[in-house]
Amino acid sequence: MSLGKTEVEYISRLAAIAVEENEVDQVAAKLSNILDLFKQMEAADTEGVEPMAHPLDQVQRLRADVVTEVDQHEKLQAIAPSAENGLYLVPQVIE
Amino acid sequence: MHNLTIKQMSEKLHAGEITSVQLTQHYLDRISKYDAELNAYVTVTPELAIAMAEEADKKLASGDADLLTGIPVAHKDIFCTDGVKTSCSSKMLDNFIAPYDAHVVSQLKKVGMPILGKTNMDEFAMGSSSESSYYGPTKNPWDLKAVPGGSSGGAAAVIAAGLAPMATGTDTGGSIRQPASFCGITGIKPTYGSVSRFGIVAYASSFDQAGPMTRSAEDSAWMLNAMAGFDERDSTSLQREAVDYAADLGQSLKGLKVGVPAEYFGEGLDADVEAVIRNAIAEVEKLGAEVVEVHLPNKDLAVPSYYVLAPAEASSNLSRFDGVRFGYRCENPKDLEDLYKRSRSEGFGAEVKRRIMVGAYALSAGYYDAYYLKAQKLRRMVRDDFTKAFESCDVIMGPVAPTPAFNIGEKTDDPTSMYLADLYTIPVNLAGLPGISVPAGFVNDRPVGLHIVGPYFSETKLLNIAHQYQQVTDWHTRMPAQYQ
Repeated sequence: MSLGKTEVEYISRLAAIAVEENEVDQVAAKLSNILDLFKQMEAADTEGVEPMAHPLDQVQRLRADVVTEVDQHEKLQAIAPSAENGLYLVPQVIE
Repeated sequence: MHNLTIKQMSEKLHAGEITSVQLTQHYLDRISKYDAELNAYVTVTPELAIAMAEEADKKLASGDADLLTGIPVAHKDIFCTDGVKTSCSSKMLDNFIAPYDAHVVSQLKKVGMPILGKTNMDEFAMGSSSESSYYGPTKNPWDLKAVPGGSSGGAAAVIAAGLAPMATGTDTGGSIRQPASFCGITGIKPTYGSVSRFGIVAYASSFDQAGPMTRSAEDSAWMLNAMAGFDERDSTSLQREAVDYAADLGQSLKGLKVGVPAEYFGEGLDADVEAVIRNAIAEVEKLGAEVVEVHLPNKDLAVPSYYVLAPAEASSNLSRFDGVRFGYRCENPKDLEDLYKRSRSEGFGAEVKRRIMVGAYALSAGYYDAYYLKAQKLRRMVRDDFTKAFESCDVIMGPVAPTPAFNIGEKTDDPTSMYLADLYTIPVNLAGLPGISVPAGFVNDRPVGLHIVGPYFSETKLLNIAHQYQQVTDWHTRMPAQYQ
């Protein structure tokens, strides 16, 4: 399977990772190689096989519906690239 | 001091013949002397180490000490360590000072194991050579031209070179066992869910599992005792009674049924590696084990299945790195989308970006069934192969990797060739089984590990088999000449 520029742009949007114009061909080639590896799965007969999401077929453990997190926003925001008054700052979104 | 076994170190510490400060300083001195050429540590924490060693000495003096109290440890840089840079060997987290401890880190702190530093790895644990680190590749102590394996390559190298007596690692597709094989040390990946994932930077959550990396199986058993156990902060942590992983050390191997999968000795396996593995299995036979042939017919489906599922999980897990809450942020973003996309494209390295993109694609509309769902079905088929094989044997033995350590730079241009070399380790992660790599010999002066895989919760058995093998062989005690 060979990916083109359109697919790379689509994947770049899905992954929220910028791909520069001059990298497109190389990224397309390497991703295509990986997709070729995936092709090997097609030949396998999986009729009637249940998908397996978890090694031990466990069910999710439940816990009581009570607050367990403590407020430590000051500690956690101290390592943010940009925070003020308890808020994370990003470029303006709404005009 | 670095030539002592952990048991000997522990005895000397408890008898007051050496102090934890002396032992810790000895390793710090060795790190200063040797790590510049190996690049096995991302961060060395001498002040923290000595302060913790002083605390450990107090514990030892008061009699309130564990077997491992005072023995220093190196943590893979994927374990959040309160107040210490936890980079995952990525530019994305180069400025990240973890605000809390991973469960494993806090467990080993409680025991009183001084932290020497954080070890180098493939960026976000995505790789099999430790070459994708933002801080440059780690070198293999046995041959500086060779990779140490990955992703826990720094951890394996520090054990092999005697720059730490014990190290933590994580194994998502082979990242403990393959570097253990390449560096001639012992490393065990426990059953999925045995060791808490809390505070381990997530790569592929249904595969990620932490374990010990040490010189001997006995050392690993002791360390796993300190690492494992239920933790409510990990939603897939297993609620089981506490296990003493050292309990079976000393059991005879008489009557043990060793399954040897015919498919593991076919095309692609280096002939010299095969000879080492066959010799090791013959050695285990001499100890009373019986060899039976087993089959794992779907083994070739494991690699493609894993390289769909793990990147799919990674694409979701790594969406948290958005330049907003922590980690790298690009300069002068023009809008929010630009902030996300540029922070991620500048902060992540090539392999990480590739896996996120492939994973996002495999999960996208129109491809979900053909890729993700198909891969999950293959995952079950691979698991069922093992279940069937274990009906006629107690454990499976084979190679960890098809070759000894390859050269630095040899596979970096061709990611898929690196993926395919994970063919023996990945099936074990797909199934969630425990597996151990045990030093079993050398090919061209580079170490080769024997892979032993068992049913769920068979760690005590695997550790004992490795231990018995290590009673009659000395591969695990050998060290590269220049670090002796």
